[in-house]
Amino acid sequence: MHSDRASIGLRLSATAGLLFLHLPILVVFLYAFTTEEKSYAFPPPGLTTQWFAVAWNRADIWPPLYLSLWVASVSTLLALILGTLVSAAMVQSRFFGRDQISLLILLPIALPGVITGMSLRSAFSIMDIPFSTLTIILGHATFCIVIVYNNAVARFRRLSGGILEASADLGANSFQTFRHVLLPNLGSALLAGGMLAFALSFDEVIVTTFTAGQQSTLPIWMLQELVRPRERPVTNVVAIVVFLATFFPILIAYYLTRDGAETAGSGK
Amino acid sequence: MIPAAAPAILAERGLADRLTAIFWRRPRLLLGILLAPPLIWLGLVYLGSLAALLLQSFYSIDEFSGVVKQEFTLKTYAELFRAQNLDIIIRTLLMSAAVTLGCAIIAFPIAYYAARFAKGRWKAVFYLGVMLPLWSSYLVKVYAWKLILAKEGIITWAADALHLSMVLNAVLSIPGIGGNSLSTSWIGTFLVFVYIWLPYMILPMQAALERVPNSMLEASADLGASRSQTFRTVVFPLALPGIIAGSIFTFSLTMGDYIIPQIVGTSARFIGLAVYQLQGTAGNIPLAAAFAVVPIVIMLLYLTVAKRMGAFDAL
Repeated sequence: MHSDRASIGLRLSATAGLLFLHLPILVVFLYAFTTEEKSYAFPPPGLTTQWFAVAWNRADIWPPLYLSLWVASVSTLLALILGTLVSAAMVQSRFFGRDQISLLILLPIALPGVITGMSLRSAFSIMDIPFSTLTIILGHATFCIVIVYNNAVARFRRLSGGILEASADLGANSFQTFRHVLLPNLGSALLAGGMLAFALSFDEVIVTTFTAGQQSTLPIWMLQELVRPRERPVTNVVAIVVFLATFFPILIAYYLTRDGAETAGSGK
Repeated sequence: MIPAAAPAILAERGLADRLTAIFWRRPRLLLGILLAPPLIWLGLVYLGSLAALLLQSFYSIDEFSGVVKQEFTLKTYAELFRAQNLDIIIRTLLMSAAVTLGCAIIAFPIAYYAARFAKGRWKAVFYLGVMLPLWSSYLVKVYAWKLILAKEGIITWAADALHLSMVLNAVLSIPGIGGNSLSTSWIGTFLVFVYIWLPYMILPMQAALERVPNSMLEASADLGASRSQTFRTVVFPLALPGIIAGSIFTFSLTMGDYIIPQIVGTSARFIGLAVYQLQGTAGNIPLAAAFAVVPIVIMLLYLTVAKRMGAFDAL
């Protein structure tokens, strides 16, 4: 029989599924306050806020944090420029090789990170390029392009071609149209794409381990702590920082684009 | 007096107008200018790197000096078929298949409810409820599971509190997939993989389910089908492309991951971990590259089959 109400079983399993997706993150928050630093004992023997101060005073956390912020900012900027350009070209016209180009944009994120990472590593090794901040940015910008592209292309499709023609009819040249018509219309989609690209880059670890030399970004620092833990709650404090640094951009991106048929982040 | 009629075509006002006129006459030029920077970037950085990967995989390493010999050879690929390397590949494939199945089972109720029953505010709740875990920090999520699965962690505590320790110990003593604690067993690795890639399965599944027209479900009910008959003969076949689309992600992502097996699980290696260790500590870039080609080949085969089954229409 068909009815408009979900069965109890379906409702329970859907709710359980959503809880399964969300509850584990809370554990990270809880363990940042535990007094036990040698193990992951549950329930925590006591609660304290001292680890936030300890983390603040640990000198080895700040350089990775700055590096991550710098890498994410530069990669986002590069991705914004390249992603907008390619989306403008893809929307405007149909041309030979169009499908191949859209596949090319998608590949860096469709193939597993270890392949992107290993490819870049092979290329740097063949060309004798030393690892540096630049090599990290090269990798990050490459997989961030698709994020900006997805958001911009969705907005371009919604934009009626009429307003660009109207602008031209009213005597604006291409640059004026871009500045006064296109940019204000694309603005929030680009901002959303930029936010998501920032979140993705700030948190990326797989490609980064292949393209970073001695420097560590915050996720690499975290990975080292996961493999060889010391002062475990400090890792939790950093995890909270990383979580929030990606959480808010995602939320903002959602609210920036939720009115449209397209919503930011439907594909990562 | 009426001034002389203004010319229908405005005079050019400088370089910007001149360029606009050129773009108008030659749309291909504008297209080229727009496409050049991103294509040069992706072509050089990405395709160049993939080519480098392929090139490296045809080199070999000198067993005595450890230096990479830059001559074409298939020796490195032949090494993939050594028992220990073949083990890694098979283990990775089995884990990817298990994770894909696990994701599909857990994802279905969520996707089905979100697609068919959630309205208005709940729709947004479901959307954000899947989107936030999808985008939030990968490492933080993996770390959360290390805390949960630890021997002294929540699961052990909950099992004690509910007097289910026997069950937990029985599960852990299953030969092959059990272990000392959840965080050092295959079950742990599997759970974390399922958790991390679950949203990638939910989204395409939900998209496919949303396209199942209500009228078909009604027709099925009118023709006397029970709920489970409708599900088996109408809903499931129509959702299948979405499930396959989701499985592309879960399969490919599990196959390429090397962080999760390193942090949660036994020390047995997966393809990703093998690539990482070979290029790093072992310094054997050719073999690492050959290993990295394996997921590419498998995914190409997978995509060909998926395309036949119409999975791309569901993306």
